[in-house]
Amino acid sequence: MTWGLVLGLAAGAYAFKVLGLVVIGDRPIPAMLERCLALIPAALIAAIVAKDTFSIGQHLQVDARLAGVTAAVIAAWRKAPVIVVILVGAAVTAALRALR
Amino acid sequence: MIDQRLRPVFTTCVTLGMAVGVFAVSFGVASVSAGASVAQTCVMSLLVFTGASQFSAVSVIKGGGSVGSAMGGALLLAARNGVFGLTMSPRIRGRLPKRLLAAQITIDESTAMATAQTDPDLQRAAFWITGVSIYVFWNLGTLIGALAGNAIDPKKFGLDAALPAAFVAMLVPHLRTQRGRRAALIGAVLCVSTIPFLPIGLPILVASLGVLVAVPAPKQPELPPAMLPA
Repeated sequence: MTWGLVLGLAAGAYAFKVLGLVVIGDRPIPAMLERCLALIPAALIAAIVAKDTFSIGQHLQVDARLAGVTAAVIAAWRKAPVIVVILVGAAVTAALRALR
Repeated sequence: MIDQRLRPVFTTCVTLGMAVGVFAVSFGVASVSAGASVAQTCVMSLLVFTGASQFSAVSVIKGGGSVGSAMGGALLLAARNGVFGLTMSPRIRGRLPKRLLAAQITIDESTAMATAQTDPDLQRAAFWITGVSIYVFWNLGTLIGALAGNAIDPKKFGLDAALPAAFVAMLVPHLRTQRGRRAALIGAVLCVSTIPFLPIGLPILVASLGVLVAVPAPKQPELPPAMLPA
């Protein structure tokens, strides 16, 4: 690990953030693009759920997390508060691992 | 009125921040064990502040990769924050210094939490509360992990399932429209099917952008899903 990597990465990562939010973000963008961007959050959140449920690094794996996330889906479907959904997901996963 | 509506948002955002903080501990441990100093590890969390990129850089270095390849992979992952910035920009108004500050906390979680809200005021509140609480807990967790140097096992407490569970709750508002459901399905399928082939973290970017190609524009103008009344 070098300071060059740490600081170069810091500069690059911040540049991307500023490019989207400040440089491009304030100008009018085509209506078509704006409509399309409205779709990104749904795809993004679903992708994060899928990634955190099924993958370890680049390896796909079905384990106790799937049971936990499935329990969370049921809780969310039944309109449980978000904290309950999170706790149910973690508790079911931990319980299943403890039993094994 | 706003205070009552703000309370559950505040609780949720801070809880998410604490959950992310636990993973920061494992980042601190991983970074130090990859040969970085405590100072390098903490400066990375303070300045880079985008988890997937940090983990990716540390993982490449630990695996014997070059500085260049570590930088390339990590910046590829960091690019998605630019896409999130586009999404957040209409919701973050104000002077340049404020927007430059907002840029640093434009990450997966703050964008997701903001767009999960229906009210513009609550969207702004969720963005700032999530971003700031994650910034605090991410850096606190990194410091603890770097100093401790030995992992607490997040798996033992099911914390690796707590994050997707939180995102499950956030996904629900987007499933109210047919286009939202279609985008979510395509996003999940694109992500899982590309995980084995793409650098870690990139499938999320592919899923976010792929949906633009996969879901055709509507004939009638529409409000973004997050703006629809509950």
